[in-house]
Amino acid sequence: MEVYIFLTFILMLSVILGFELIHKVPATLHTPLMSASNAISGITLIGAIVLAGKSADPQMATLLGAAAVAFATINVVGGYMVTDRMLGMFKKKGDKK
Amino acid sequence: MALSSLIGFSYVVSAALFIIGLKMLGSPATARRGNTLSAIGMLIAVVVTLLDQGIVDFRYIAIAVAIGAVIGAVAARRVAMTSMPEMVALFNGFGGIASLLVGWAAIAPDAGGIVLTTIFLSILIGGVTFTGSLVAYGKLSEIMPGKPLMFKGQAVVNSAVIIAIFVAGYLFVQQPENLSYLYAAIALAVVFGVLVVIPIGGADMPVVISLLNSYSGLAACAAGFAINNNLLIVAGSLVGASGIILTNIMCKAMNRSLSNVLFSGFSKVKSMDMKIEGEVKPITADDAFYVLEAASTVAIIPGYGMAVAQAQHAVKELQELLEENGAEVIYGIHPVAGRMPGHMNVLLAEADVSYDLLLEMDDINPRMETVDVAIVIGANDVVNPAAREMEGSPIYGMPVINVDKARTVFVLKRSMASGFAGIDNPLFFKENTRMVFGDAKETLSHLIREFG
Repeated sequence: MEVYIFLTFILMLSVILGFELIHKVPATLHTPLMSASNAISGITLIGAIVLAGKSADPQMATLLGAAAVAFATINVVGGYMVTDRMLGMFKKKGDKK
Repeated sequence: MALSSLIGFSYVVSAALFIIGLKMLGSPATARRGNTLSAIGMLIAVVVTLLDQGIVDFRYIAIAVAIGAVIGAVAARRVAMTSMPEMVALFNGFGGIASLLVGWAAIAPDAGGIVLTTIFLSILIGGVTFTGSLVAYGKLSEIMPGKPLMFKGQAVVNSAVIIAIFVAGYLFVQQPENLSYLYAAIALAVVFGVLVVIPIGGADMPVVISLLNSYSGLAACAAGFAINNNLLIVAGSLVGASGIILTNIMCKAMNRSLSNVLFSGFSKVKSMDMKIEGEVKPITADDAFYVLEAASTVAIIPGYGMAVAQAQHAVKELQELLEENGAEVIYGIHPVAGRMPGHMNVLLAEADVSYDLLLEMDDINPRMETVDVAIVIGANDVVNPAAREMEGSPIYGMPVINVDKARTVFVLKRSMASGFAGIDNPLFFKENTRMVFGDAKETLSHLIREFG
């Protein structure tokens, strides 16, 4: 039980922090914000990696884990790259091209 | 011990980088570096996770990472900026299925009630996010019809599915060894994701994408509880919070509650008994040019139609010509213009429009009376004065950009069809409105040639 109280504590703090941080993002950046946070939600990847490497036999859990690794990697790699591509285009007048 | 401490400490660093990265996303000047920092945080987390002593075989991990990285990189490079909403929806869905699979794979014979509950939540939210996002992708990419899909007894079916999900979840937690409950829960979650999104129309997609974005974070959070990993919880809840804030902003911009957006498909739209009187006054591009040439302040209000016509580069060209001619050009961006939050801003950024010219609705409305010409490009509902003037209109009360207050309004429009909400727009009949019919991009090119 202790550990869940600890995890819930972390949950509470990061939800509040998240609200505070995101409130300040201007409307202009909402699409990149979305795709960047999307990439962050691919953090499931680290859970998937452990599950995919647990056994040398292709057990059910290993295969499910490996599929999760593939999907989460698409999310992470694609999400960060596409966000970078978008943000590279945001320029102010007078910025160097 | 030492190794697991190293992993734990590195996760702290990753979490800090995610937080700092999100903070830097709050300003266009630092946003790109913020995204890079966040990506470094992710890289650190992944690399140290590989040191986990529970991992005995790296083959499956290597193959899966290679496949995922290639697909993700190619998709990110190839996608056109106009297709960004469906891309984000698709990535979102992949995050959802990953959480579902992690929850599923985490089921161990000795798992207790709390663990099983969190596993169930991870599967449920992940499954809904997955199929919900796929349907959103289908609607946005026009593989599926964008109109709300409805059938008889939809509300009853949805309620039955929700009840069934909780029954399956309860039975699964009680008897995890009986796999049929697990499969039932997965199947129901996946079906529910489809049911939730099909009755929602294309114009409401900004809300749905934001909400699904939030779900993908919550799914990661639930998976974090299931496998006892605090980095998943931190990252997941940051994303969850971000999605909820965006959802809220989108709902406010449409003057609707979230439940109204999600369930309005079930109730009939109020019929409009008011008739819009007046005459539509068309104008040729040639004549429009003379008006623009004399204008000293021009406001451009883009909508989804600009994305469809891929007209953002032509818009930028016209902006430059108008500026050379001595006019001031500003842009008015409605929060729900387009199919996702910030859609117009990204398209105009692609065309190299300086971001400080893009004004939010509340900033441009007070200036509208001093604007000589407002050019509406492919927008309809977000500039509809019925939202202000006509009680009983389905969009009454929605905040809109008041283009009708400008001295002259040009509406670039393909034909006289009504907008996405299927509502007539009294703007087209106003005294100071001139309709420029035809493809938006061609009309703009025509104007550009006249200036040239």
